[in-house]
Amino acid sequence: MGLVLGGTICLCALLAPLLTPYDPAGINLRNARKGPSWDHVLGTDTLGRDILSRVLYGARISIQLSLISVGCALAVGGILGLVAGYCGGAVDYLAMRFVDILLCFPSFLLALAVISVLGRGLDSLIIALAVSAVPRFARVARASASSLRPTEFVQSAQAIGASSWRIIATHILPNSVAPLVVLATTGIANAVLIAAGLGFLGLGAQPPTPEWGLMVSEGRGLLRVAPHISTAPGAAIALFALSFNLMGDGLRDALDVQAG
Amino acid sequence: MGTYIVQRLLGLGATLVVLSMLVFALVHMLPGDPAQVVAGVGARPEDVARIRTRLGLDQPLHIQYAQWAQRILRGDLGRSAITGEEISAMIGPRFVNTLRLAVAGICLATCVGILLGVVAAVRQNTIIDYITTTLAILGISFPVFWLGILLVIVFSITLRWLPAGGTGGVPYMVLPAVTLAANSTAVISRMTRSSMLEVLRKDFIRTAHAKGVRSSLVILRHGLRNAAIPILTVIGLQFGVLMGGAVLTESVFDWSGLGRMLVDAVFKRDFPLIQVLMLIFGGSFALVNLLVDLAYGIADPRMRY
Repeated sequence: MGLVLGGTICLCALLAPLLTPYDPAGINLRNARKGPSWDHVLGTDTLGRDILSRVLYGARISIQLSLISVGCALAVGGILGLVAGYCGGAVDYLAMRFVDILLCFPSFLLALAVISVLGRGLDSLIIALAVSAVPRFARVARASASSLRPTEFVQSAQAIGASSWRIIATHILPNSVAPLVVLATTGIANAVLIAAGLGFLGLGAQPPTPEWGLMVSEGRGLLRVAPHISTAPGAAIALFALSFNLMGDGLRDALDVQAG
Repeated sequence: MGTYIVQRLLGLGATLVVLSMLVFALVHMLPGDPAQVVAGVGARPEDVARIRTRLGLDQPLHIQYAQWAQRILRGDLGRSAITGEEISAMIGPRFVNTLRLAVAGICLATCVGILLGVVAAVRQNTIIDYITTTLAILGISFPVFWLGILLVIVFSITLRWLPAGGTGGVPYMVLPAVTLAANSTAVISRMTRSSMLEVLRKDFIRTAHAKGVRSSLVILRHGLRNAAIPILTVIGLQFGVLMGGAVLTESVFDWSGLGRMLVDAVFKRDFPLIQVLMLIFGGSFALVNLLVDLAYGIADPRMRY
């Protein structure tokens, strides 16, 4: 079910230019703050821009953000974790201590910290999201690798003298994929939530980018008269996160994974 | 039990030290020159240099760190780069505010979460189970700030039951606490449910039922106690998440706490303040995890190595 929802969202995002009746940046002050109507299905915002179009474009941004950052986190965290779990000993200990310290901060705060170093804007946002996701991927990858280390096929590969990298790539990696994939789907959901949160605070995407969190904050002062400005993008965020969480759950059940 | 506690305390100490180093390094990676910030926009280069020396910023990094660490240990948290106030004075009341909110949130989340989780586990695959599971998934998918805004729309604007924002006593705390708790309730209930399901399958549960022990006693005493460990882990983690969520919730509800202070500090590049706040956030999370570990020791004697 999650796949259906997620698929629809992706489709909308890809087709955004075709679906949007209006230019998302098109300011039309005479139309400002109108509620939903036939002309503007989700209403207009303070600058008269059509909210539906902005929400659709926002979908593209959210997908880009989350896919790129989770992809990076998967790569970096995955490699770190696999290597640490495979090597064991001092390497493992140091790497995991470091990851533990990073995990001391809730992901949102970690992302906030990275943003404070790198400044606001989409690029820093992507890096911040990736950094806040790396520790979890590293943890899971390491758990997989270290549980696979004593197995027979790994030991036989070592016995015939295969190089460590080869072993990791051809044996350990394919067997560790399942929990990592599940983590990736929930990771995408979380990435969007964090991005929206930062956008809401004004620390993520900057105006006039139609990022969902930013849109919610733009409508904040007008809750009494024009609640649709905040509710529409917020609902979009929730649906997006929901679909990926459902996907993650479904995958977890299908792959029978027990990672935390 | 004693050695266990001591070991854990030492671990906490080590974590805090590394944490402080990380925080220190982070803030010094911030673009912008702290001395320039303090001096102000139109300052002359000599003034900036003078301030830099006064703040000790021209020393090598590890010396700066040592000086900072010593001052912190003595209780001197420094002054805000923007307002010049003593940070320890600024933090006091706001820390209490944030703590109140976080505690309210976690208590609410724990009670409701465990309740829902147990009910769902005991009545697995019935309507109640499906409803709670659905609520749980919705709970983790909702953006914190959106939930807050929705609650404000419903309860403050339409129904006029509760105030929309501001700091204060119980009426002001209700909406923010519920907002904060929502996400955690969902996570806790999911974990409770799955943990209870595993435990309820075990033989000793069947034995207890067969012996004729009352159902509710079986569930609570035998079931829950054994299922407690992963639930406790999650509660600890959630406290950390709550601290992060506090930032957003405090912004939505205009709650005068540390979270909002951090956001302001980041906007204004108030480096000393950012350092101290990050240290507090990270440290309190580590502390809570320590407490959770200790609670493990009580709940499961097998863990006291």
